[in-house]
Parts: sequence; C-alpha cells; structure tokens
Amino acid sequence: MNDLQLDASGRLRHLITLEGLSAAAIIELLDIAEAFRASAERGVKSFPLLRGHTVVNLFFEPSTRTRTSFELAAKRLSADVINFDAGSSSTRKGETVLDTLRTIQAMGCDLFVVRHQQSGTAAHLAANVEPGVAVMNAGDGNHAHPTQGLLDVFTIRRHKPDFAAIKVVIVGDIRHSRVARSDIHALRALGVGELRLCGPASLLPETAPEGCRVFEHADTAMNDADVIIALRLQKERMESGMVPSETQYFRDYGLSRERMARARADAIVMHPGPMNRGIEIASEVADGPQSVILEQVANGVYVRMAVMARLMGGAA
Amino acid sequence: MKAEELPEVERLLAQLRQDLTRHLHDSGRVDPVLIGIRTGGVWVARALAGLMGYREPVGELDISFYRDDFSRIGLHPEVRPSRLHGDLQNRHVVLIDDILWTGRTVRAALNELFEYGRPASVSLAVLVVRDGHELPVAADAAGACLDLAEGQHLKLRGPEPMRLELVEVAR
Repeated sequence: MNDLQLDASGRLRHLITLEGLSAAAIIELLDIAEAFRASAERGVKSFPLLRGHTVVNLFFEPSTRTRTSFELAAKRLSADVINFDAGSSSTRKGETVLDTLRTIQAMGCDLFVVRHQQSGTAAHLAANVEPGVAVMNAGDGNHAHPTQGLLDVFTIRRHKPDFAAIKVVIVGDIRHSRVARSDIHALRALGVGELRLCGPASLLPETAPEGCRVFEHADTAMNDADVIIALRLQKERMESGMVPSETQYFRDYGLSRERMARARADAIVMHPGPMNRGIEIASEVADGPQSVILEQVANGVYVRMAVMARLMGGAA
Repeated sequence: MKAEELPEVERLLAQLRQDLTRHLHDSGRVDPVLIGIRTGGVWVARALAGLMGYREPVGELDISFYRDDFSRIGLHPEVRPSRLHGDLQNRHVVLIDDILWTGRTVRAALNELFEYGRPASVSLAVLVVRDGHELPVAADAAGACLDLAEGQHLKLRGPEPMRLELVEVAR
C-alpha cells in the first residue's frame, strides 16, 4: 500500500491506511497537529495553507460527525469544501464510484475525502486519480480508518507520552472494526508496551494480529490497563446472532465503573463514537473524569488538518 | 565574499543593538516586545534581549503555516507551535530574523503576526541584510549589509556560540 501512499521520495501522496507507515511519519503528522492545536488555543483557528484548493467530501456511507470533522479541517485551512452526498445521488442512477470521482475531478478538485462501505474503495480511487490529486480514506468497509487511528494515538500521546510504558485495551467487535485495525497499526508503529484485544469469540479475529494479546474475559483484559478503547457495537451484530443481547453484552464487555476499577487509577477511556450508552459503555464512565471522548472529537479536526496540509503541500 | 571575511556575530549583535536602540528612540517606540522568527531569529532575539536588558520573554514565531512556497515544497517537517507571550494588541513589536534576503519570510511572519492582534507598530531588526530582495521589505535596524556572489548562501549556525557560515550552492 505504501507504493500507492508514498512517492519515490517518501512524501505522503494519499492516506489510505496506517499499515506500513513508519513511526517517524506518524510522529511528524502528530507534531503538525499539535502545532495547529496550540495555535487554536491562542485564538488562531484558521490558516491560509489550502487557499485556492478544493476539498470534496465523497461519502457513500452516511456519517454526519465524521464528515463535519473533515469539513471543519478543510475550512480551517482555507480550502473550498464540497459535500457530495453520494448516497442520495448518482450512484443510485448506476454510476460507478470511479465515474463519480472523475466527474467531480474534472471540475478541478484537489483532494477527495472518501468513505465507502466497501473495503478497498479509497485505494482503488487513489490508484486512478490524476497526478496532483490526493485521496484521504475516511473509512472503507472493515479495512481502515486512518485518521481515527491517528487521532486516537494523538489523544493518547497527550496523556501518556511514553508509548513503551503503557498497556492499551481495545474492547468490542475487533473483527469487523476498521477503527481497531487502524489503532493497532498506529500503536504498534509507535512501540506500545502491550496491546490487548478483548471481545466475544465471535467478534475476535480468527488469528491474533501480530504483537497483540487476545482476551475473552474483559475483567482480565482490564487489569492494570492505562488506556481503554471501547468500540461501537453495531446493531446488525445482534441481529445476526453474534451477540446474545444488549444486556448480556454490557454485563460481559461493557465499560462499567466496577470494571474500570481494575484498570490503573489514572487510566483514560476512549470511544470513536457514536456511543451506545448502556451497551458498550456506561453513562457514568462515558461522562466521568477518566473519559477523553470529547477530546478525541476535538483532536480529530487538528489531525485531519495535519494530514490535509501534508498531502497538499508540495503537490503543485 | 570569502568565508574568512565574514564578520563575527558578536560584533554584528553590538551594531544591531546600537542601530535598533536608535531606531526605537527616533520613532518613539517605547516598551517593545521582541519576537524572533524560528530558528535563527529566535537566537538573535534572545541575545539582543540580553544585551538590551529586556526582561519580557522573547516571542517565537514559526511561519511554517504561512510560507508562500507551501504548494511547491510542502510543509516544513519540523513545525512547532509559535510561542507568543501576552497580548500584541497596541504593542510595539520588534520582529527579529537572522538574515534578510528575499523578504518572503518577513511577509509570512507579518501575516501570522496579525492573526494574533493589531500591534501599534512592527519594526524589523536583522543580524545581516544581504542582496537579493524580491519584495518591498527593508530592515529598520541591521548588524551589517553584505554583498554575496551569485550561488552563495549565508547561514547562521548556533545557538551557542552563533557564527555565520557561507554555503556555496552549485548552479
């Protein structure tokens, strides 16, 4: 994938996945995001970097919150932004995804932010755009959600800067989660001390990803943890019988205050949103002092700004 | 210019201090805030603040997000947040850089500076002015003006001690 993402000199051309990105490349993006955040805290929220560029949000899978985050990131870099709601438009008329992209590209757009239910869509589009046009993956099937992975490690780094010293637990539907996959790649690249994956057998990957420990019992997985990432449980997992019931799932895997007590006292709790309160996380934990869930949302904008600035810089 | 003809930074700082003090006095700009442009400009600003006995911390401006060559060469890989202390509104700002060459860095710095407020004035103080201006930017105070041959670049090394270095670039 890096053949597609990086040019001959190692410059980021597209962001499709975090798989294969070096620690140095990830840290560079996090540092740029940190500079945007520091400026925002001083009251300077917008920058002229992408003036004259057009960013297109091409969302084939509806997601208001993620789209809003990308839209804000592009606007704070002074880009023009188009929200192309693909679900309600041409694809219904039988146009292929690539034709949709080419049509918009012909109008002179520079950066496509793509979300699609099919794994591999962002890579397919990146392989077919014109030179100088960039593609950013905003989630493709259960493959990758690289900006979520970046904003998660950005948020963790602000609380626990020494990755080698921490234990991170990801709880939930690991098998179908693009967020989990991207988090695993980012955390492994940054040399996380211990990475635990936890969920019911039906939602765990068939073979444990390299460098991860797999747990079926949430209470054991939580012992001494520094960071706990709860994943959203998709309703369809229940409908397909992979999970017995909401109450049973909460009892076995939900982040309750009692379960949190097993983690370190200064542990942080994360969730990519939107949350199912009372299923994967208790309200008192989601809104409690250890929760950094809203920080993740705020950081998402800075991280997306950093990626956009990296992709568009030097593109001319 | 030959490398052995390059002036000592200490001498340049003394001259710059004298020039800047006179400029501030003549223009009636009292109680200025010093802001250095990263990286060399910050070293010069700190040294100057020491020589002039200023207690207020020196501001640090990182212009990476405001450069006009972003589309061509991309973002500087080591961007760090700018650090400005206190409010710039109605303050007399002294913008400090190591070398004034094309003037593009100063333009970018002014753009960024005005995002933080509306200073009463901005003066430009540089260690060295060299030929090759591409924008209507002039220094209010300088340590020296140097004429360099085509293909010669001037670089300030530092921070401790600071020294000028001549880099020959093959054309």
